[in-house]
Amino acid sequence: MSKDLILEISNLSKAFGPIQALRDVRFDLRKGEIHAIAGENGAGKSTLMNIIDGILRPDSGEIRFDGKPVEIASPAIAQRLGIGFVHQEIALCPDISVAENIFMATTNISRAPLMNYARLAQKAGDVLARLGDIDPTALVQSLSISQQQLVEIAKALTLDCRVLILDEPTAALTEKEAQILFDIMRKLVKQGISIIYISHRMVEIFDHCDRVSVFRDGQYIATHNVAETTPTEIVHAMVGRVIDKLYPEKQGEDEKTGRVILSVRNLTEQRRFSDVSFDLKQGEILGIGGLIGAGRSEIVKGICKLEGQVTGEVVLNGRSLATSDYQQSIQEGLVYLSEDRKGDGLFLEMSIAENISALSLRQVSSPIGILNDGLETGLAERLGAMLNLKCGHVGEPVSNLSGGNQQKVAIAKLLSVNPKVIFLDEPTRGVDVGAKSEIHRILRDLVRKGVGIVMISSELPELIGVCDRVLVVREGRISGELAGQDMTEENIMYLASVLDRQLEAVE
Amino acid sequence: MTQEPKAAVFDDPDRQSQSTNRALNRVKKLFRMRETGLVLIILALFIAMSFASPYFLTWVNMRAMAMAFAVEGIVVVGMTILLISGGIDLSVGSVTALAMVIAGLLFLSGVDPWTASALAILACAAIGAIMGFFVTVVGLHHFIVSLAVMVIARGACLLGTGGRPLGLYTLPPEFKFIGQGSIGVIPVVIIIFLVVVAASDFMLRRTTIFRKVFYTGSNEKAAAYSGIRTKHVVFFTTTLCSALCGVAGIIYMARFGSAQPTFGIGMELNVIAAAVIGGASLSGGTGTILGAILGVILLSVVSSSLALLDVSVYWQDIIRGSILLSAVTIDHYLNKRRR
Repeated sequence: MSKDLILEISNLSKAFGPIQALRDVRFDLRKGEIHAIAGENGAGKSTLMNIIDGILRPDSGEIRFDGKPVEIASPAIAQRLGIGFVHQEIALCPDISVAENIFMATTNISRAPLMNYARLAQKAGDVLARLGDIDPTALVQSLSISQQQLVEIAKALTLDCRVLILDEPTAALTEKEAQILFDIMRKLVKQGISIIYISHRMVEIFDHCDRVSVFRDGQYIATHNVAETTPTEIVHAMVGRVIDKLYPEKQGEDEKTGRVILSVRNLTEQRRFSDVSFDLKQGEILGIGGLIGAGRSEIVKGICKLEGQVTGEVVLNGRSLATSDYQQSIQEGLVYLSEDRKGDGLFLEMSIAENISALSLRQVSSPIGILNDGLETGLAERLGAMLNLKCGHVGEPVSNLSGGNQQKVAIAKLLSVNPKVIFLDEPTRGVDVGAKSEIHRILRDLVRKGVGIVMISSELPELIGVCDRVLVVREGRISGELAGQDMTEENIMYLASVLDRQLEAVE
Repeated sequence: MTQEPKAAVFDDPDRQSQSTNRALNRVKKLFRMRETGLVLIILALFIAMSFASPYFLTWVNMRAMAMAFAVEGIVVVGMTILLISGGIDLSVGSVTALAMVIAGLLFLSGVDPWTASALAILACAAIGAIMGFFVTVVGLHHFIVSLAVMVIARGACLLGTGGRPLGLYTLPPEFKFIGQGSIGVIPVVIIIFLVVVAASDFMLRRTTIFRKVFYTGSNEKAAAYSGIRTKHVVFFTTTLCSALCGVAGIIYMARFGSAQPTFGIGMELNVIAAAVIGGASLSGGTGTILGAILGVILLSVVSSSLALLDVSVYWQDIIRGSILLSAVTIDHYLNKRRR
């Protein structure tokens, strides 16, 4: 083995129940390189990173750190080795100061009995000065999402790390902030730190990384020097098949009816979004793009009356709706698929059938409210067959299913009420490639049957591949609309992140 | 992650073998159920005790034990439903006592005992509704709200009675019959208890209203995202639990022929312990009436056994606490293994 490797992983496997998340994977990281990890959702990237950070234990395989075999049994051990992990999800304590958050781990291992807040704030100030303008004494909850992301990075930087894992760090950053981050990354690399960089954005990988490793379906595919490969080759390796067959056919010319199913006018919520207007036409899948935190989910939840004090008009099939809560929206035919399937989409320990009937208990019970098992099972089996749900029996708990099948249960739940418009928030997050294209095909079929579909996605290829038209949201407003040839990653990113004065140049 | 499906239900041609499989699964499930384990433990205790004490398996002792857990069992039903919805209520003991005191005071001031009882139960339901208001509208935690109400209700009991039990010597015999009478050989208390248990068990398993209780407790946000008005559900379970405390209080009053302001101190712990031993989780979403009732029976059999074996009362609490701790620990590990 070579001396310039800081981390070397071989034959690593990990299974979650019946699902093999990683199969015989290898990976190596050189000292002082930025190594990108590419792969679709469900490729095993996060499982691998969680193993490197000691959050998960592998079933088998070897990890060598700086030449020596190690067993990373906990995040504390990873920390001691010098592995820092900036998660994609922000995991800060909102009620305490920025400085205290940054030094949480340091405080944890410190032996001093008393806190020295003044020094803490000063040290935090030093770290933050390199990242941006953030007050170390401010409470984390008062910061914007992108500032919180920077605090997460600062937190990892203070740990004296030799390996820094960044999981989609730019997802919530503006272009300017991202540029600052790349500068810092380059400085760190010069100091000898190695960086594992996870991103879906090909541009970032090709502009800022040295090598890239591709994973697919829990397997290691290949590692390339960035200088010697092309984005097309990487994408090809990621999806493992010709890319234009990944998505179902789009709306045909003859399917364009021009009939408006849903129109939203001047929808405003005090803090989250303002003046949102758009039409959803029959036969189209309408996409909503934008950065995380831009207000996409909030707009959709506002339409469904799930959240917030919303003003403005929602017209469904020519009739203005006067709904005041989600229950009424469901009765009108508007349903919402949550982006956080496990957190708020499903009842994990309850059965598939019980999950599917949650929206419409009336359909599976007698008029006086006595549940009918036969009806409930029948409904679940009918919808399950329609969505090609793979399960042993609809009486088994949802937690036994794979991510893709769980998502099908969540979709079946919505279909149980014969909705007129379905809003899907990141419908294929954490779903394997096979189930993903199945879900896309289901969406296309539904649209052909006359159901309106609005889909939020952070994954630009998905947005472009599946939708017929895309609205881009930036800071709570619709910043543009793209269709046909104009739907490109660049255009969407531009509308999602540019400053106002630059926007005029685009239009 | 692209695993082949284990089996697709929908294209299984062999219906016959499927139904035998299902029957087999049901038997397996029965053995894995917590209720089965509890029944076995209770049976073992019965057998051991019948050897240890000749008095244990007598009709008198059985009847006394049943009377002891029957009324508390009604409160356990309310608590279990509340726990399933994700709540908890520390005020059950005080509210039970308050029901007695309110009914007792009304009776002494000339109201007929049936009306007095109905009003007392309504008052308890109102207390539950107030707690429900603080939890769902104001947004406080069940634990804190019910802790405050526990103290307030106890204070009200003492204030209303001056701290002394109210002797209700003039209660008509047909009212006392609820607490003291028997139909044939079976005490009325037991009959009421069985009716409450059967009805609530059926409702919990088969009605849409109580299904919503499970949804809410299992994942409140997912329930809200399914259009379920979760606040209504929690308000309902909180009110129901207090109302059932009211019912229990009235039965106690009929049984004792008096209203005791200090009755039920520490009852909440016994009741919560029973529900948890029976499979209810403090984080909501799980629990059965049958399990909770078996939990109550187990605790009651243990107390009675310890008394018969002349174990000091001071030991009893220690043993009861240990049973609770072991029950939840075993359950925790079984759950982990299942996942």
